[in-house]
Amino acid sequence: MSTIAQTQKRGFAGTVWEYLTTVDHKKIAILYLIAGGFFFLIGGIEAMMIRIQLAVPNNDFVSAGLFNEIITMHGTTMIFLAAMPLLFAFMNAVMPLQIGARDVAFPFINALGFWLFFFGGLFLNLSWFLGGAPDAGWTSYASLSLASEGHGIDFYVLGLQISGFGTLMGGINFLVTIINMRAPGMTYMRMPLFTWTTFVASALILFAFPPLTVGLFMMMFDRMFGSGFFDVAMGGNTIIWEHFFWIFGHPEVYILILPAFGIFSEIFPTFARKRLFGYSSMVFATVLIGFLGFMVWAHHMFTTGMGPIANAIFAVATMAIAVPTGIKIFNWILTIWGGSIQFTVPMIYAISFIPSFVMGGVTGVMQAAAPADYQFHDSYFIVAHFHYVIVGGIVLALLAGCHFYWPLMFGTMLSEKLGKVTFALFFTGFHLTFFIQHFLGLMGMPRRVWTFLPGQGLETGNLISSIGAAFMAAGVIIFLFNVVMTQVKNVQVGKDPWKDGRTLEWAIPSPTPFYNFKQLPLVRGLDAYWIEKLEGKTEMTPAEPVGDIHMPNNSFVPFVISLGLFIAAFGAMYQVDDKAWAIPVLIIGMGVTFGAMLFRSIKDDHGYHIHKEDLLDDADKGGTR
Amino acid sequence: MAAEEKFTPQTWPASPEQATLEGKNKFLGFWFFLGGETVLFASLFATYLALKDSVPSDSHAKAADLFELPLVFLMTMLLLTSSLTSVFAMYHMKNYNFKKMQQWLFITVALGLGFLACEIYEFIHYYHAYEHTFTSSAFGSAFYTLVGFHGGHVIFGLGWIITLMIRNAKRGLNLYNAPKFYLASLYWHFIDVVWVFIFTVVYLMGMVG
Amino acid sequence: MANLQPNSNNPKVDYEYRRKKSAEEMRMQVVTFTLMIFFTVIAFAAVGAGFSKWFIIPFVLLLAVVQVAFQLYYFMHMSHKGHEAPQLFMWSGVIVAFLTILAFLTIIWW
Repeated sequence: MSTIAQTQKRGFAGTVWEYLTTVDHKKIAILYLIAGGFFFLIGGIEAMMIRIQLAVPNNDFVSAGLFNEIITMHGTTMIFLAAMPLLFAFMNAVMPLQIGARDVAFPFINALGFWLFFFGGLFLNLSWFLGGAPDAGWTSYASLSLASEGHGIDFYVLGLQISGFGTLMGGINFLVTIINMRAPGMTYMRMPLFTWTTFVASALILFAFPPLTVGLFMMMFDRMFGSGFFDVAMGGNTIIWEHFFWIFGHPEVYILILPAFGIFSEIFPTFARKRLFGYSSMVFATVLIGFLGFMVWAHHMFTTGMGPIANAIFAVATMAIAVPTGIKIFNWILTIWGGSIQFTVPMIYAISFIPSFVMGGVTGVMQAAAPADYQFHDSYFIVAHFHYVIVGGIVLALLAGCHFYWPLMFGTMLSEKLGKVTFALFFTGFHLTFFIQHFLGLMGMPRRVWTFLPGQGLETGNLISSIGAAFMAAGVIIFLFNVVMTQVKNVQVGKDPWKDGRTLEWAIPSPTPFYNFKQLPLVRGLDAYWIEKLEGKTEMTPAEPVGDIHMPNNSFVPFVISLGLFIAAFGAMYQVDDKAWAIPVLIIGMGVTFGAMLFRSIKDDHGYHIHKEDLLDDADKGGTR
Repeated sequence: MAAEEKFTPQTWPASPEQATLEGKNKFLGFWFFLGGETVLFASLFATYLALKDSVPSDSHAKAADLFELPLVFLMTMLLLTSSLTSVFAMYHMKNYNFKKMQQWLFITVALGLGFLACEIYEFIHYYHAYEHTFTSSAFGSAFYTLVGFHGGHVIFGLGWIITLMIRNAKRGLNLYNAPKFYLASLYWHFIDVVWVFIFTVVYLMGMVG
Repeated sequence: MANLQPNSNNPKVDYEYRRKKSAEEMRMQVVTFTLMIFFTVIAFAAVGAGFSKWFIIPFVLLLAVVQVAFQLYYFMHMSHKGHEAPQLFMWSGVIVAFLTILAFLTIIWW
């Protein structure tokens, strides 16, 4: 622990201010974790409402219109406001430490990315209180969403636009960090797999978000400013939205799953106490998945009438992705093979991930066959498939990652016992909920349906599914209880709490000093810390003498820039209703944003230096156990 | 190397935009941003091509009715030349000649403003002569969105360069602002790259149907 | 990055060498610019002269691609050392851009 941090003891207001202005990647990670976790709970409540409504036939727990709003918000919230930010939390918390960096490349942009995401998400969720949420599904197909009354879709368009800017900035920041800020000796082929997957996912963000931006702009222009991109009467074409949505949307699922793969690729070697099997083929498979991810988007649109040639091309490309994914699955299995395995909570999640995700993958290949997809399309089979990959892949990775990296982020260890209870409940509930949905789909239950009739053989399946959802909810509640108890007890566990940490992030004192590394470490191979351990050392060999460290200043500007867009979005939305105040609000909001940007570019910000003497004073007082 | 250190032409580094870690990061990050912008403009081009001449009825103007070569040629010349003048500005930046850099940037801005004036005139002309607007047809929407996004980039680029020129007018070059000038010039070139495709795909190909 | 290192310990020699280098590069860029103007004029002339559209469209597209390559590699210095990552990401962007436009030209038809 550093003396500088200790002298900055703050009250509650001081802490809040610190987090509002922070540019430290470790604190931004905590912000992402809290905000993403909050949206995850909201999305979870929506999921529970869906399952309650569908538990019995002819139910009227919620009305049909409200049901549409709930399914739309459940999907949108979970993908954009829960899964991505939670993965961003781990990327921020872990990746810079894994490559031996003192900071990310653009600390200011990093903070700006978070606040844009946060205000975008807030804006989207305010729709519940301001006249109704979006109700055209998370894909918001234009022919339906243009006809949607009220402001629901406007909230969707503007909220996602704002949070999308934030994600794009985050992606560029990670790319530059990984290329420019690696410690001496950290070559590309020595980077831990989580860093690699962060890199590829960020590249996908860079190329996948612009089409979404364009699509959202067009939707905004069509709904709010009278243009005719998707309006057939004006010569427009609604299919354009679908293409943009999926040119973005398909890489998006790889943006989500690749970091999840990365988390598991860190957990397996740690608890099998064995080097990751086939490291270079894992890297290759990651890059290949990223590359192929851009050539398959139209498999979401087989039934729109693209013609047999296009369908065939996209079907084959889609099936090809199973190959690199299969490589990964076998490498994980072979990593465990012959290892000295410890069944900690993260490891249990990781092992259970393999069969769960494979099931999702197999149904994916089934749907890749275009003729068969005509049968599966828009049925519960699809719902089962994507929940198997998203819950069985990403959510298991997020829960595993929470347990695995909690000591790194907070210096405390989540309870293993409660963790296992969470796992048992969540894992059982997950399969109970979604396995049966494959069969519901094959029996003809359509996706997004509000209710169903008795006597069609759908009752038992839906009831089982709803019971499973209750199990998952119970698992999440116990997880929250675990978090609260751990933080209240606040038992600091010190450096390398899993004892078998292999990579650089475990080599630094706990809690992590705000400058990360006093001296940049010398990396001598893959699993840098493990190599030192094999030689009986407990510390990394430094690559430089102790010297002054340059740090960025905190800034309130990211918050203000994002707030400006948040305000402007209200103006853009309500000018449709000819409200007199709407245009001024739009102008004021944009003025705040551009004013803050101008302020940022005119006022020099050189950061500050931590002096060598202060660092030496610190020497090994805290951190080591 | 401290950010505000004073230099002479002799001590000024060969690649001042990449002499500091911050400069290197900005340089790389901005290139990646341009990679993303490439996809953004490609999406706009794709939409334009899909909706070209797609109008609700025959009374609406189509591409071949609208465009006139002389104005587009003038705009192209203005923007191409401004690209060269910003190359000159960066040449003097690398030689640590602040005054000449400012002069060439000033000419760049002037040419950019000329381009913008032509574009505004063009849009007004389409409105008055053909009633071709953003809301008149899907073709209109796609046309104004593509060309307008480019015009918006020109406005932002002009604002950026002018801000940099004013902010640094009194203090000259250092390693803190050199990367900023360099990035602004990259941005300006990228605007020109997009324009090359706009005049080819929208105007020239629009003329031949 | 190798191109950032001075080539000599004597700053004077290094300075003169650099000056010469950039002057040479500048000549190259003026030539490039002349070619770009030339290509533009040809493209506009081809349209103005009213050739068949099956000639004009590939022809002006080819000229545009060459012009853009000039912009990227000479004006934006992508030919210089230290531009490996920018090249990788620009070309990846170009691939995605190409796929998008190809799709919109082929599978959106009504």
